[in-house]
Amino acid sequence: MNESSAGRSGFPPAYLDRVGSSFTDFLSTAAPDLLPGRRPAPQLPVGDIAPHGTTIVAVTYDGGVLMGGDRRATMGNLISSRDIEKVYPADSYSVIGIAGAAGIAIEMVKLYQVELEHYEKIEGLTMSLDGKANRLAQMIRGNLGAALQGLAVVPLFAGFDLDAASDTAPGRIFSYDVTGGNYEERGYAAVGSGSLFAKNSLKKTWRYGLPADEATRTVVEALYDAADDDSATGGPDPVRRLYPIVYRVDAEGAVRLTDAEVAAVADQIVTERAAADRQNTERGA
Amino acid sequence: MTMPYYASAEQVMRDRSEYARKGISRGRSVAVLTYADGVLLIAENPSSTLHKIGEIYDRIGFAAVGRYSEFESLRVAGVRLADVRGYSYNRRDVTGRVIANAYAQTLGAIFTEQMKPYEVELCVAEVGETPEQDQLYRLTFDGSVVDEPDFVVMGGQAESVTSHLRENFHAGMGLADALKVGVDALSAVSPATSGAGNGGPGRLDAQQLEVAVLDRRRPKRAFRRIVGAALHTLLGDGETGPAPSPAHTHTPSHPAPGTPAGLGDPAAPDTAGGAAHTGEAHPQTGDDPGD
Repeated sequence: MNESSAGRSGFPPAYLDRVGSSFTDFLSTAAPDLLPGRRPAPQLPVGDIAPHGTTIVAVTYDGGVLMGGDRRATMGNLISSRDIEKVYPADSYSVIGIAGAAGIAIEMVKLYQVELEHYEKIEGLTMSLDGKANRLAQMIRGNLGAALQGLAVVPLFAGFDLDAASDTAPGRIFSYDVTGGNYEERGYAAVGSGSLFAKNSLKKTWRYGLPADEATRTVVEALYDAADDDSATGGPDPVRRLYPIVYRVDAEGAVRLTDAEVAAVADQIVTERAAADRQNTERGA
Repeated sequence: MTMPYYASAEQVMRDRSEYARKGISRGRSVAVLTYADGVLLIAENPSSTLHKIGEIYDRIGFAAVGRYSEFESLRVAGVRLADVRGYSYNRRDVTGRVIANAYAQTLGAIFTEQMKPYEVELCVAEVGETPEQDQLYRLTFDGSVVDEPDFVVMGGQAESVTSHLRENFHAGMGLADALKVGVDALSAVSPATSGAGNGGPGRLDAQQLEVAVLDRRRPKRAFRRIVGAALHTLLGDGETGPAPSPAHTHTPSHPAPGTPAGLGDPAAPDTAGGAAHTGEAHPQTGDDPGD
């Protein structure tokens, strides 16, 4: 009976007959060309002609988790964007930050957001935080071919775990590798070219159970330190009023900190560093 | 399949219509009403998990009566169509008309081509920027689609509910008033309150209702279920006593951990579904972040 329905202009058969609540799985039968992982991988390395996003950091704090990202995208030795946004809310209670090939990464974030919302609408329940982390790993896995040609996408995922036991921290962070490996991080994590410096900074500034404002400072400071030593990470830009993007996820959901809030933190760090440097110079002179 | 004897097309269609109508009229009714801030969807539904009302997309809701398995598969198809379209075009390119058309085509094809028609009646509701832009599409089992003003009633005693609403409905009512009018209209015909005349319960209570709104003031996803305490308050039966007895098999739950952002208080904001810029400063960070 269903063959006859293929030609009509209502729902194609897959819409009505297919069982499942995953948007990605549904697209793979209904419109596979829309999936980022289904395109043939480029034959030659193309890393230098595609914009790349750089440093993302995430930290837990006493009420949840924070994630921040700088604003720079690079293309080889050029800065291709000064104001790119690399941290996005994935749904009400989780955020995703991306490092790597910006075009593919942003498409993947878009697909991931629909994936979570689709599940929520069809099931009437939100996916568990571990389920969300696992879905993202499967998406990264599909991109391995392109990753080997210089179009790697490495996200950082963090969320507030609504099912967390009362004695465990509700804020959780997951990191990934290009093969789709999924690792839960303790306390803090960073990805991207400046992640080495950002992690070194967090190692000294972050500690367990910080309040939100102090944890925000560790995020912005880690990004500052990454920008200090990594040419692909952008520092705070007071000339253009561009500051890192920081999201906070707590029991009430994911919110983006306003530019004014982040600017205040960044300006304070810059002022303190400048004062410390002046002191050192005076002592040395 | 061979036909044992000849039946005229007219006869076949009439039989199918009758079959579908019978199936639909057995079910409880659903009312969809416009109110000042959007669209209110009310279903008489004692189950808190088998929904008759659902979210299709940012500004689009769905309500249905009839056979659950059939309208559930249609609801899922609608969500899929909306999400695929929103993903490949833009979120703004998903309209109620597109969804309603797809339902109409599908229901029409099933009605004419298959032995058994779907025993369902659907409403696709879309909330606009202003009350004038709100759209209610009613879809019947044979694929007819009607764009109705003010309200849509579907199900068993749709006519009596409609006439009840005609008397009491005013455009631009507040949420509590619209809910009262809708629930009164459903209660007037419901078998659950059939004893109303002889001192039985006069009105459907929160356990027997499934209520949701499409609130135009919400930034992105307008759909929100009203459950638990929020529903009790809106129904104005707070004075009849505290929480419902936990022994009840179908106690509508308070938004429990793991439930979507759409649950609970319709006034509460959320950032569901990836709004990039709608997030506002949290009061907690109002204090000096540099300390």
